[in-house]
Formats: sequence, C-alpha cells, structure tokens
Amino acid sequence: MLKTTNLSKRFGGLEAIDDVSLTVERGARHALIGPNGAGKTTLVNLLTGVLDPTAGTVHLDGHDITRLAPHQRVQRGLVRTFQINQLFATLTPLAALSIAAARALGRSARWWRPLDRDREVAAECERLLAQFKLGDVKHRRTAELPYGKRRLLEIALAIACKPRVLLLDEPAAGVPAGERHEIFDSLARLPPDVSVLLIEHDMDLVFNFASCVTVLVDGAVYADGGVRAIAADERVKAVYLGQGAAHA
Amino acid sequence: MLTLLFDGIAYGMLLFVLAVGLAVTLGLMNFINLAHGAFAMAGGYITVLLMDRAGVPFLATLPIAFALVAAAGALLERTLYRRMYAKPHLDQVLFSIGLVFMAVAAVDWSIGSQQQIVKLPAFLTGRFEIAEVGIGRYRLFIVAVCALLTLALQLVLSRTRFGSRLRAAVDDPRVASGLGIDVNRVFLVTFAVGSGLAGLGGALGAEVLGLDPTFPLKFMIYFLIVVAVGGTTSITGPLLAALLLGIADVTGKYFVPKLGAFIVYALMIAILLWRPQGLFVRRAGR
Amino acid sequence: MKASEPGQPSRWKPWELALFAALAASWFALPTHALLANEVAILALFALSLDLILGYAGIVSLGHAAFFGAGAYAAALFAKHVMPEPLVGLAVATLVAALLGLLSSALILRGSDLTRLMVTLGVASILYELANRLDHWTGGADGLQGVVMGPLLGIDFDLQGRVAAAYSLCALLLALWLCRRLVHSPFGVSLQALRDNRLRASAIGLPVNRLLVAVYTLGAALAGMAGALLAQTTGFASLDVLDFHRSADVLLVLVIGGTGYLWGGVVGAIGFKLMQDLLSSWTPQYWTFWIGLFLVVLVLVGRDRLFRPWVWLR
Repeated sequence: MLKTTNLSKRFGGLEAIDDVSLTVERGARHALIGPNGAGKTTLVNLLTGVLDPTAGTVHLDGHDITRLAPHQRVQRGLVRTFQINQLFATLTPLAALSIAAARALGRSARWWRPLDRDREVAAECERLLAQFKLGDVKHRRTAELPYGKRRLLEIALAIACKPRVLLLDEPAAGVPAGERHEIFDSLARLPPDVSVLLIEHDMDLVFNFASCVTVLVDGAVYADGGVRAIAADERVKAVYLGQGAAHA
Repeated sequence: MLTLLFDGIAYGMLLFVLAVGLAVTLGLMNFINLAHGAFAMAGGYITVLLMDRAGVPFLATLPIAFALVAAAGALLERTLYRRMYAKPHLDQVLFSIGLVFMAVAAVDWSIGSQQQIVKLPAFLTGRFEIAEVGIGRYRLFIVAVCALLTLALQLVLSRTRFGSRLRAAVDDPRVASGLGIDVNRVFLVTFAVGSGLAGLGGALGAEVLGLDPTFPLKFMIYFLIVVAVGGTTSITGPLLAALLLGIADVTGKYFVPKLGAFIVYALMIAILLWRPQGLFVRRAGR
Repeated sequence: MKASEPGQPSRWKPWELALFAALAASWFALPTHALLANEVAILALFALSLDLILGYAGIVSLGHAAFFGAGAYAAALFAKHVMPEPLVGLAVATLVAALLGLLSSALILRGSDLTRLMVTLGVASILYELANRLDHWTGGADGLQGVVMGPLLGIDFDLQGRVAAAYSLCALLLALWLCRRLVHSPFGVSLQALRDNRLRASAIGLPVNRLLVAVYTLGAALAGMAGALLAQTTGFASLDVLDFHRSADVLLVLVIGGTGYLWGGVVGAIGFKLMQDLLSSWTPQYWTFWIGLFLVVLVLVGRDRLFRPWVWLR
C-alpha cells in the first residue's frame, strides 16, 4: 500500500505539487486523472524518487521511503512505467526482461555464470513474453521493434520487477486504436494483490479499469473517490471532462 | 603579493579570451571542440611569422591574427564542423582530437618544433611600480585589451540584435529557428568570432605562455577547466572561472613550485565533484 | 554492437573461438616477431580495459592512461625496490591501479559527458605532473631505468622477447576469457542496460552508481595490468605511459576495432599497429598527422560505415 502525506514540490516560485495526500490501497485499481500540466508525472517522479520533495513524506507498506534512492524503492516493490518509452535500445526483449527478472530474484550482481543459462530467469521471461505477445520478437534489438511492441515491452519490464505497487504512466499513449486492446488485456491480467495507480487520459480505460479515482488539478488534489462518484461529479466534469461530456 | 595577484589576473584574463569561444561553442552547438587550442596556436604563429618574415609591427599583427583565424574558423565551421553537431559526443571528441593531431604535426613539419620568441615593442617591455605593486607593462597591456574585449562581448550580447539572436539560439535552437532566426548563420558567426578570439589570445599570449607546436595539447585542459567550471550559459561564468584559475595557477606555482599545475587540477576536480554542472551557472545544468 | 543471435549469446561463436585460437597460435607462428606481438598484446589488453568502461558502460574517458601509467610505474618501482618477481609485481601493480580506479570512480558518477571528459583528463594530468615532479622516485622526464626482472616461473626473459610475448599473450587471453564471462553474466547485462538507458536501469532496480564504480575499478585494474606488462617486458617506465597520446591512441584503437563486443581491442590493436608501422616507414616524424586525418575522415564518414564500404553504394 502506498501513501503520501502532505507531499509538495516547489520549483523556484512554482508550486508544482501542492500538499498532496493520497493513498493507494492494497490491490487497488486507482486512477489518477487531471488536465495537462496538472502535475501527474511530477507526482510519479516524486513517488519514485526521481525528484526530491520540498515537503511531505511517502510511505510504502508502512515504511518511510522518502529518503530512498529510486533503485532502492524498486527493490521494495514500487515500480513504474514511463509515458515516453524508456527502453534499452541495443538489448533484445529477452535480454531486457532477463535482467529485470534477475534483479527481482536478487541475482543481478552475479558476474560469473551467464545470464542466459539461468533456468528460473528464462522460465519467468518465457511467461512474460507469452503474456505480452512478445515471443515472436524476443531476439530482435529493441531499437528495431514497432511502437506497439515497444509499449508492451515497456509494461512487461515493469511486471518483470515483481511489483507490489505499480505506477502506470499513460500506458496506452501513442498506441493506435487497433492495438489498444492488447494493452487493456495485459492490464486486466495483473495479479489482484498488486496495487495499481494508473495515470491516463483515455477515459474508456479509466472507467473500465479503475475502482477509485483521484483528480489532480494545478498540483493539488481536486477530488477523490469511487469511480462512479467522480464520473458523476459536476465540478470534475467542468474542470476536466468539459461541459456536455458524453462519457460515463 | 599584490604583484602576484596582478599577474594572476593578467593570466586569467588571457585565459578567458582564449577560452570564451570554446564556452560559447559548447553552449550553443553542444559541441566539445578540443581543437580550440589549435586556433589559438594559429594566431600565435601568424603574429610571429608576420613579425619575423614580413617585419610587421607587433600591434598590427594582432587584428590580422584575429581576422585570419576567424576566417579559417568560418571556413572550417561551414565545411566540417557543421556536420558534427548532431553526432554523439564521442565522435565529436575523436574528430577534434584528429584535428589537433593534424594541426600539431603540420606546424611541426612546416615551421619546426622550437619555441617561438616574440620580440615585443619597446614600450611594452619592462615594468613600473605603483605603491609597491610591480606592474609588468605587457601584462598591463594584456589586461587592458582583454578587459575591452570582455566589455565589447558583453555589449554585443546584451545590446545588439545579433546578441539576442545568439542568446535565443543558445537557449533553444529549434524554437529560435522557428522564430525566423537563421540559426546556421548565428553558429557560423559565433564560431568564427570565437576562433578569432582564440587566435588573438594566442597572439597576445605567445610571449607569456610560450609558443610551440604542442601548445594546443598543453593548454587544452586549461580551456576545458574554464568552460567546465564557468559553465556555458553566460560569459561572466567563464570570466570568473578563468580569473580564479589564473590566480590559483600563478600563486600556486610561486608558493609551491614543486607541485605546480597539480594544484590547479586538484582544484578543478574538487569543484567538479561539488558542482558537476559548473561553479557559476545559475540554472541546474544542461 | 553486433545484433544478438538467437539461442544463447553466452556460448562462444565459431569466429570468437577462431580468433582466440589464432591469438594463442600467433606465439608459435611468429617467432621472429615476438617484440611486436608483445606490443600488440599489451595494447589489446589496454584497449579491452577501455572497452569495458566505454563500450559496455558508456563512460567516455580521455584519461585512461592514468591507470596504465600507474600500473607501469608501480610494477617498475616494485621490481626495483622490493622484489624482481614478475607475477607478484603484476599482481601488486594491478591492485594499485584498481585502487586508483576505485578512488577516481567517485568523479565519474555525476555530471555530463563533458564533466567526465574533464575529470578523466584531469586525473591523468595530475598523475603526469606527479610523476614529473617526484623525479626522485620516478626519474622524471628521463624515466625509470634499469628495471631488471627476475625469471618468470623459472624462465629468464630473453632478448628476442619470446618469453615476454608469451607472458603478455597469456595475460591477454586470460583477461579476454574473464571479461567474456563477465559481460554475459547478469552484471555484464546490467552494464549494458545502464549504458543504453541509465534512467530505466535504475527504474528496474539496478544500483547504477555501484555498477559504475565496479566496472570503472575493473577497467582501471586491467589497464594497470597492461601498463605493468609494458614496464616489466621493456624494463623501463617513463612519463610517456601517462601522456595524453596514450589515452588518445587507445581510444583510436577501439574506434578502429569497434566497441561493445569485447574483441574490438584485439582487432583494433592489430589494425593500429599495422597502420602505425605503415605510416612510420613512410613519414617517420609526422605520422600523427595521418592518424589525425584518419580520425577526422572516420568520424565524418561514420564509424560503422567506414568498415562496411558496401553501405556507401546504397
């Protein structure tokens, strides 16, 4: 379970994140929505340790992780995906997933035995490659993959890290409509005990996937509650969905 | 003691004029030009050759050195450097190292490897005392010229249209060209002027720093220190860095001659450890 | 980096085995060229050490000669003042270089490529100055002379250099084998991930700084080993081992041979030596001009394209 308390981030004179207190319950399917520039990605950067907060704390399963480095948070189960693909251009999907899986098993520091001979890692990778429909491209360099596959790999990499809390930053971004269902399916198949915080603009995805929603506007929490309540909330519709929105 | 300070300032100002072109090039084109010292060397040799072989008076050689090296810089930018801007830093490093090797070997072959002597005109030699501070005339001349150049640079940057175009292009080349600024021309002129200044610095500095074919290699690290410590987003940054470096070097060599340049390198490493983006940048690095 | 083949990348490919065997066989096949073989082996080892940090971890260093020189002087001083046993000296020198690498690794963790260029250049320059000033120990500009090595495993070093060549080749082969296992291990793949995308590497939990320190220390150790071999096999160590030319030349070797697939050092060292011999016989004094020209052309044309001329026709 992920919890922030009075989290704030200031850049010079700009209060990018303003006193945000947010809780992602265990096993939650929690969406974070808000207009462009609301600070959603900044919040994710704060949660993952890429940015240091000017005030407030972040707790993971009761432990204060505010001072921990990004890789240490990942080691405790807090994993994210990126809105713009962050992949390893010269590695194959198999190699990339292997190293992520090896790290999750605590074996990334081994320097003598070859990575590709590790049976447990290989089995885990086969599972992930099948789950994310990457089996046919597993030996191709990531730089050569089409965008849809890269997006799937982006998410697969995060799953390979065995997350307890998963932060998905616009997983369907840039994916053509015909391929979106693959993203949706893979999200639906996430283990139920993994807590998920989903940042999305695609309202279909939000309403199909999430059970609770937090609305972020100008760096502060504007509304917070169950998905039905938020969908019906007039203020939220006004600030974000626009007047006369046809969704929900 | 104050004499040392004055000498350090003179050295620092000279380093600034030498290195400012490199700082602006790096800030503008994001290009690591290790061959910058070769332009300085060219300026020095132009002065020496004009004086020795053509009897041109020292003061006249200075603007000629500037102009010729600036022209050479413009030519090289247009033909070679322009293709390198988008390449990875390793390639840029290799390219400029290659140019340095070529320049050093070419000068060695055509002119020889001996130290070049600059015969200064009589009114620039000697020293005089002002309140117990020994002021070398030539060093005073250097300080004066460099100070004028610095002022001119600052004026151009802040008061002229070219200066605003340059500042815009440094901030964001794509947006700048979207605004109709001919970024290629800005690059060309800036590179030419930067190289020309290096050439002028080489001409001025030949008497103080020495001049032989290994000049670009010997002083490369000093120029890089000025740029790394001073940052590339202003010209006051490198100015302060150069002054700091000049004073540190001169006083270090005086008080602890055994360690010499060691102090400067150690200082640089300490500063870069503390502030990797440079000592005098206001923004959080590039 | 060559595209990875299906199956198991950790398995030795036929051409790798062939190259490895050819290296080992070269000692037998070229008895009269032992001195040259020794030089090439040392240079290849030095380049291999740079490939680890440049090709696999993405650290651009202009001062790798610092570790080479440290190893050379350490080995020479050890032989002169402590004991002339070559293998012990080699171990000591390698450790000294590793320690130096460990200490200076703190400098390459933060900052941009330019900062890294600066600090690596700075460390090498500092060592050069130190070696120059502490001439009581190092012989200064004249160099450290009269390093006489004891027998290697009972065999005296001969004048033709056959023992030296065998020594260096064995060291190179051992290092190649070790590094090959390393780059295919989880540690090695972590380095490649780090090189490709540092942000994502830490986002999958890899301890980026620790990895950088480890690989930089290892690279320094191997460079020091190469330097020690040079000092031991030539009986001499001078400021030349710390000179900027050393750092630039080894970079050129890797550029010729290619980075990121481990054999670039070997291929490049052979290519570089051949080029050097050719150019030196042609213009003995100014061959650096042609090296410079080669670099400029190489980069303008494109590093990978120069060695695949058929690409030009596309």
